[in-house]
Amino acid sequence: MAIEIAQATGKREREGSPWTGLWAVVAKEMADHLTSARMRVLEILIVLTAAGTIYGAMQNIRSTIGQDRFLFLKLFTTAQEPLPAFVGFMGLLVPLIAIALVFDTINGEFSRRTLSRILAQPIYRDALLLGKFLGALFTLALVFTAIWLLIMGLGLWGLGVPPSSEEVARSFLFLLVTIFYGGIWLALAMTFSIIFRQPATAALASLAVWLFFMVFWDIIAGVLAQTLMPIRFGFSEEYLKQAQLELGLTRLSPTTLYAEAILALLQPSIRSLGFILPTQLQGAILGSPLPLSQSLLLIWPHLTGLLAATLLLFALGYTLFQRQEIRA
Amino acid sequence: MNDWVIETKDLTKKYGTFTAVDALNLSVKHGEVFGLLGPNGAGKTTTILMLLGLTEPTSGEVRVLGLDPSRQPLSVKSHVGYMPDLVGFYDELTAEENLIYTAKLNGLDRRDAYKRIDEVLERVGLQDVADHNVGTFSRGMKQRLGVADMLLKRPQMIIMDEPTQGLDPEGAREFLQLIRTLKEEGITILLSSHLLFQVQAVCDRVGLFHRGKMVLEGTVPELGRRVLGRAYRIHIEAEGDQNAIRSALQKVPGAVQVELADGRLYRIEAEHDLRPAAAEAVMNAGGKLLRLDVETQNLDEIYAHYFKEVEHGN
Ligand SMILES: Nc1ncnc2c1ncn2[C@@H]1O[C@H](COP(=O)(O)OP(=O)(O)O)[C@@H](O)[C@H]1O
Ligand SMILES: [Mg+2]
Repeated sequence: MAIEIAQATGKREREGSPWTGLWAVVAKEMADHLTSARMRVLEILIVLTAAGTIYGAMQNIRSTIGQDRFLFLKLFTTAQEPLPAFVGFMGLLVPLIAIALVFDTINGEFSRRTLSRILAQPIYRDALLLGKFLGALFTLALVFTAIWLLIMGLGLWGLGVPPSSEEVARSFLFLLVTIFYGGIWLALAMTFSIIFRQPATAALASLAVWLFFMVFWDIIAGVLAQTLMPIRFGFSEEYLKQAQLELGLTRLSPTTLYAEAILALLQPSIRSLGFILPTQLQGAILGSPLPLSQSLLLIWPHLTGLLAATLLLFALGYTLFQRQEIRA
Repeated sequence: MNDWVIETKDLTKKYGTFTAVDALNLSVKHGEVFGLLGPNGAGKTTTILMLLGLTEPTSGEVRVLGLDPSRQPLSVKSHVGYMPDLVGFYDELTAEENLIYTAKLNGLDRRDAYKRIDEVLERVGLQDVADHNVGTFSRGMKQRLGVADMLLKRPQMIIMDEPTQGLDPEGAREFLQLIRTLKEEGITILLSSHLLFQVQAVCDRVGLFHRGKMVLEGTVPELGRRVLGRAYRIHIEAEGDQNAIRSALQKVPGAVQVELADGRLYRIEAEHDLRPAAAEAVMNAGGKLLRLDVETQNLDEIYAHYFKEVEHGN
């Protein structure tokens, strides 16, 4: 209803709901993803990752059974050399999986010459685009939830103790944040699939962005902070300002936001997210653990940031797609 | 509304400074087959996209089934079937699965959808390959699946862009036959083609496009009369006194010009099909009729002739 009113006040009145046919598109996209060979490969990759890291973590934490209140959460965050922790892997894998799902979603319809036939059905482009996004998001949600259940099962079996309700809640929130994190990369890769007619170009562009945030952004943020807030006299405020700027800059990266958010969720002892190198999952400030509500408060800005970025990217893709002329 | 299914008024589409469709006034009647014909780049596809609301006109008006496609695209698209040129399907899905998606997008419920899918696949002769992946289909089969895809929504009108493109002559002929049977069911058909001669036989009326303008419009014989000064060319082979036969033929009402091509071959340019009168004239002149043929109009010839005249006029 709100949408209809918004449109009525806009330049041109459009008939009917922009979401007519949305669920048909969602169902088709999910069916496509879940039966595709591409998804098979990704599933194998993620199951291997989960199995390897959880096994490693278990070796490490068995000794502390009975001493730690949040033993289950350690399954996700404990690294066993040479493997990083499960959460470390997810920071890397989630973007890759999201990109792999949708980098060819619009340009693929162009090259298969199905797009104009689909858009000649009584639906708006809005429904097609959102349907494709939701289809991929639900697919991610399904796969991640399955992996999450697998890990919980492995933990129960390997540790021999059930998780506390707070552990279940915290790890479930970790699952939710991970799905949302996937959403950003879906929106990004989808936008590239609208901009570039060649799927390979769209995939490369998405991977370039991923690599940029994975590897280069932290370095660039450091250099930028040093240039913009140089230490002139060696006062401690100068160091503080510089560090604050650097932290602010690194938080422009979705990878940092995600890493910090899940760190606070999975390590209740973390009381503040200032001045921790975001890629370091260990070595946070220790103390008495925070209650869940306080941890949530801590990461609230991160969550809104992730969501806002997703909405922005989706809006960009939407605008581009509305303007595109469909001749195939 | 009246019985015009499509009406456009000064419909114009510009890309920057380039005018792809220039002040088009097009009317298509209920139940007819209308051919949008012209060479590549003439503006046929752009016109079709505007009729479906898939691209916004720069100026001018469009009415399809009495509706404005850019304001009421959902109503237009639920009553009008569209087959783009070289229509594509999802190769990894079967013919039936592809149609199920279309049915769902049209809001058909499951039972209804399956019933209609069986119907339309049978209609286009693909019922035996319903569960084959479309990836294994030939161009001709995909084209027929495209027709099934359009018929699924039980359209009042269908629009096909270059439907015979990529088909061999035999495939094209079969496809045109399919179009004829659709017309018999009362569906209004608009089709575009750059192969004028190939599709002229199925069209009740045609509009000839040139650089965004519809330069000629009417039935093929009408255009022949207008442009070539004749609608029919009749070939006669007859034995007998050449001068007598020739002058008798010249007196037949509707004959524009009579030529003696070879010893006993006569060629008549005529305004209408005057074969019975010509046969009578030959016999009355004491000739013996050996052969009598009527040559159908050739749109390519009309088109070429028209532009030769336009150029000479300039
Ligand atoms: N998006 C576009 N931008 C600029 N010019 C275009 C665009 N789309 C089509 N054209 C031009 O418009 C003209 C008409 O194209 P089209 O309608 O596809 O012709 P037809 O279907 O008759 O072959 C062509 O000259 C084409 O180059
Ligand atoms: Mg065309």
